[in-house]
Amino acid sequence: MGGFPILSVMLLVPLLGAIACLFLDAKPARMVALLATLIDLALGIVLWANYDIGGAQWQFTERADLFAGFEYALGIDGIALMLIMLSVFLMPICIGASWEAITKRVGEYMAAFLLMEVLMIGVFAAQDIFLFYIFFEAGLIPMYLIIGVWGGQNRIYAAYKFFLYTLLGSVLMLIAMLWMVNESGTTSIPVLMQYDFAPEAQTWLWLAFFASFAVKMPMWPVHTWLPDAHVQAPTAGSVILAGVLLKLGGYGFIRFSLPMFPDASAEFGWLVWGLSMVAVVLTSLIALVQTDMKKLIAYSSVAHMAIVTVGLFAFNVQGLEGAMMIMLGHGLVSAALFLCVGVIYDRLHTREISRYGGLSINMPAYAVLFMLFTMAAVGLPGTSNFVGEFLALAGIYQANSWVAFVCTTGIILGAAYMLYLYRRVAFGEQKNADAAAMPDLTMREYLLLGPIAAAVLWMGIYPESFLAPMRADIEILDTRLAAAAPEGDAHFVMGEGAPAEEEHSEGGAH
Amino acid sequence: MNSILIIVFAPLLAAIIAGLGGRIIGHMAAKVITTGALFLACALSWPIFLSFIGGTAEASVTPVLTWVQSGAMTFDWALRVDTLTAVMLVVITSVSALVHLYSWGYMDEDPDQSRFFAYLSLFTFAMLMLVTANNLVQMFFGWEGVGLASYLLIGFWYKKPSANAAAIKAFVVNRVGDLGFMLGIFGTFLVFQTTSIPEILAAAPAMQGSTITFMGARWDTMTILCLLLFVGAMGKSAQLGLHTWLPDAMEGPTPVSALIHAATMVTAGVFMVCRLSPMFEAAPAALAVVTIIGAATCLFAATIGTTQWDIKRVIAYSTCSQLGYMFFAAGVGAYGAAMFHLFTHAFFKALLFLGAGSVIHAMHHEQDMRYYGGLRKQIPFTFWAMMFGTLAITGLGIYDLHVGFAGFWSKDAILEVSYAAGGHGTGAFWVGAFAALLTSFYSWRLMFLTFWGKPRWIESEHIQHAVHHGHDEPEEANPASQEDSGHDVAHTVPDPSHGDGTGGYHPHESPLTMLVPLGILSIGAIFAGQFFAGSFLDSAEFWNGSIAYNAELMHAMHEVPKWVKYTALVVMLIGLFLAWLAYIRSTDLPRKTAEQLGPIYNFVFNKWYFDELYNLIFVKPAFWLGRLFWKKGDEGTIDRFGPNGIAWVVERGSHYAKSVQSGYLTSYALIMLLGLVAAITWVLF
Repeated sequence: MGGFPILSVMLLVPLLGAIACLFLDAKPARMVALLATLIDLALGIVLWANYDIGGAQWQFTERADLFAGFEYALGIDGIALMLIMLSVFLMPICIGASWEAITKRVGEYMAAFLLMEVLMIGVFAAQDIFLFYIFFEAGLIPMYLIIGVWGGQNRIYAAYKFFLYTLLGSVLMLIAMLWMVNESGTTSIPVLMQYDFAPEAQTWLWLAFFASFAVKMPMWPVHTWLPDAHVQAPTAGSVILAGVLLKLGGYGFIRFSLPMFPDASAEFGWLVWGLSMVAVVLTSLIALVQTDMKKLIAYSSVAHMAIVTVGLFAFNVQGLEGAMMIMLGHGLVSAALFLCVGVIYDRLHTREISRYGGLSINMPAYAVLFMLFTMAAVGLPGTSNFVGEFLALAGIYQANSWVAFVCTTGIILGAAYMLYLYRRVAFGEQKNADAAAMPDLTMREYLLLGPIAAAVLWMGIYPESFLAPMRADIEILDTRLAAAAPEGDAHFVMGEGAPAEEEHSEGGAH
Repeated sequence: MNSILIIVFAPLLAAIIAGLGGRIIGHMAAKVITTGALFLACALSWPIFLSFIGGTAEASVTPVLTWVQSGAMTFDWALRVDTLTAVMLVVITSVSALVHLYSWGYMDEDPDQSRFFAYLSLFTFAMLMLVTANNLVQMFFGWEGVGLASYLLIGFWYKKPSANAAAIKAFVVNRVGDLGFMLGIFGTFLVFQTTSIPEILAAAPAMQGSTITFMGARWDTMTILCLLLFVGAMGKSAQLGLHTWLPDAMEGPTPVSALIHAATMVTAGVFMVCRLSPMFEAAPAALAVVTIIGAATCLFAATIGTTQWDIKRVIAYSTCSQLGYMFFAAGVGAYGAAMFHLFTHAFFKALLFLGAGSVIHAMHHEQDMRYYGGLRKQIPFTFWAMMFGTLAITGLGIYDLHVGFAGFWSKDAILEVSYAAGGHGTGAFWVGAFAALLTSFYSWRLMFLTFWGKPRWIESEHIQHAVHHGHDEPEEANPASQEDSGHDVAHTVPDPSHGDGTGGYHPHESPLTMLVPLGILSIGAIFAGQFFAGSFLDSAEFWNGSIAYNAELMHAMHEVPKWVKYTALVVMLIGLFLAWLAYIRSTDLPRKTAEQLGPIYNFVFNKWYFDELYNLIFVKPAFWLGRLFWKKGDEGTIDRFGPNGIAWVVERGSHYAKSVQSGYLTSYALIMLLGLVAAITWVLF
């Protein structure tokens, strides 16, 4: 790539777009936003194409000294690359999803989304811990606005809850960061990832980071902001929230908690496992009884994210790669499911499941795509989510078979609530005349859902495209964790040739 | 180009074209493409199978694409062809091709035909991926793929609530089995560090005697792995405990029942146990469980089969029971016999289902046998096809003459080999023999109720509907969806103008597209046993290492006493006699017997109350707990003391009221800013 600062350009394009949108009317603002996100997508593809698999760990690095030891430092490894790809892929789809649904304050809305894209790319590309912090925390401001301004009836409560939870975590994390920088004398994330903090210090640092990441994930019991946020957010807000923002917690674990505090991570493995096990079972059961489509999918997200956390804390390659694959797969599938909800919400303006029914009759193309994404959410092999769930669960099985068993029950409950949802929406008789009159997908909606469908199948059939860039980084992390990794509970012992006879001979010696 | 690639991927391609393009290319094109693809696959499969019979072929693996590489866990898309696969290839492609053809007639009036054919082809593709898998994960892909197709096809008439419920039930109950399968794969990977089937099988014998901890308990490694995998097999093959989905699956169109819920998908569990037979051979305790579960299912399902009135449900329970035979054959170590029964069963059970479909078609979608009767003369071709199917399933054959229908060869072999194996096998032999009596009884009961006696059609709602509205005209958009899952209430509205019980209805024989498959399958039901018994049962060269072949056991099978060899025939004749007595000679005998047995009859008639039990202990509590965790947990506890509590506290402090009003965003931004200032200060000094 020579010296072309592609990451900075990827930050700059949406930033300029955002500023422009603030001063534009609805129509040009939409065009500018779409153009900016498409340019970023194109740049992302260039980035991926030029990423050297098997090359340096950190690529496309940029560095500029700011004041007082602070640095503007960007750079990505394979993990960050994949998450950036997810962000730039979903962004144009979000703009497209808001094309007709958003009619008030369009310029500001588009600006908020473009700003969010800047901050998301920034989070994944930042190599300076404070730069990361700024991107990480500031990313919530546009989301807060999107929910609070363009949200549903109860948007203020949802925005408040969202804010409160997030605040709680971020304060503790900031204090921990300050201590770390003071202790190690560097703000560079790559350096900190190699730095060995004293085990006692790790405990406190880990907990501080955990407070923030657990909320973002979200893990049980700090998950209750998510259903409300999703329900109140506009469709595109839900898409980006489920698609990318939920991955910040996982990214935090894989970038900070695990490599920087390996001993504490091992020490607190049981905590993560326990919370995740509770989350899988509880939130799946709760999803089963939901009558609001968005709430159902939101609860299912909590259950899926719990598999991510057990995968991360399985301390082996399968667990880590599986967790990453779920994050990517869930990013696509939950985004698509929220879009599917949005498609019918735009027509009927209700999220009540019982108001629909028999949509296979009047919306056959919609029913096909919705079925595909439902099956992907259920983790059917051949779709993106299977690869991740399978690897993550295979990973945790090697660490603890109880955790694996409880988490694997998620595949039963997941099938139950998703198929139950699908049945109530798409199957049965057309009992509501207005739902029966809804037209099938428009060309715009095909363009939103089609690319995601293709990506879901691609990731399910040939996940090597996505695993290959991350392989080396996962291996480095796995090596770093190896010393701290807890022993599995399997205790496999090879059989010994006729041990009974040995006892006999011993007995005979007396 | 390698023919296996065409065999596997032609149905997929056809499914995609017919499924996504069905509206554009039209029904006829969709039917031609899918059926053509299947006949092509079938035509290419038989030469492979025959070359294995002739002993000229070797096992091969055709790589397709990289799938996943994650550390030591790697698995690719690849197509394995060996003897075991070849057997499944001909079963799947032959039955599927015939079912495709049959559906031309059966689904003729359905407005969604192209979707139906797309699903059928998709199913075939998934099933072929399952049997050609060279690693456990691809097998799981096929496993789930057939589950998806089964779900879609059971719920094909998606307007019917009962069909939707059955579809979800099938998928979810299968997932319970998949939980075991997945944990089995994980455990296998943990122990063997690979998911490649040949590598696992090669290493399995050496693992005998090793131990491992699973969920806090110490286990013999091979026992626990095989048991976990077997749970998967139990789900797919509807074995006792996880069988509840199969009878409900009859909500799907009848060709689906023939293909998926009789001949192919439900046998996947048997296939899996045979494919992994060297693993099971290293786990005698697991094999004992397989035997016991198989024998129990065999008996249990057969008892229910004797009491059901819905023609499809009788055959469904019969399938469940026959799968039990296959499992206990595998359990005693006679994998060849299990596969042989799978092979013959595919032909005669598909024949019975398609025959039942033809009867249902003739009787205007009536499925209750109480409203049949006297159909022998009306639909003679169907009658003879069903007759051959029944003779095959009940196992008519004479040992000393070496002649018999397909089921005679395979079922007899299973009974003999169980007896020869001793131990659990002896018990299985007696259970199997008794179940064979029941099999004969319910099969002939079905025949007598349907084809003999006087017509009882007049009492059927469907028939009355047809007579009053003229049954040749399609009276609804979706007439086939009128298939019903049985009547509990007899509808007695006698029509005085027809005293003969026909209600003025004239059943009609099915069209040629439906009769041709019946004819071909009849040939299979008659001769499949006779032709292939030698290869399947007595030839280690035929199997060529693709299953664990126990030559000693198979030899002992031929040495069992003569009375064992004639047991099957004797119980078959007893069953036939009892059915004749009860349903032709003195027709009020069944009612009297049922009354006398009272609670026992009700217990069996209500399918041992499994559905009610599961509803009570799984389904209802799941919803109840969901509501509890939601209302009392999330909203009542976490939110109440969490965010809402904090809001309450904040609002109480009137000092802060203003700052709260001013918006959280500003305070948030402020706090962040303050934090950064603190950071700068800290680093600077």
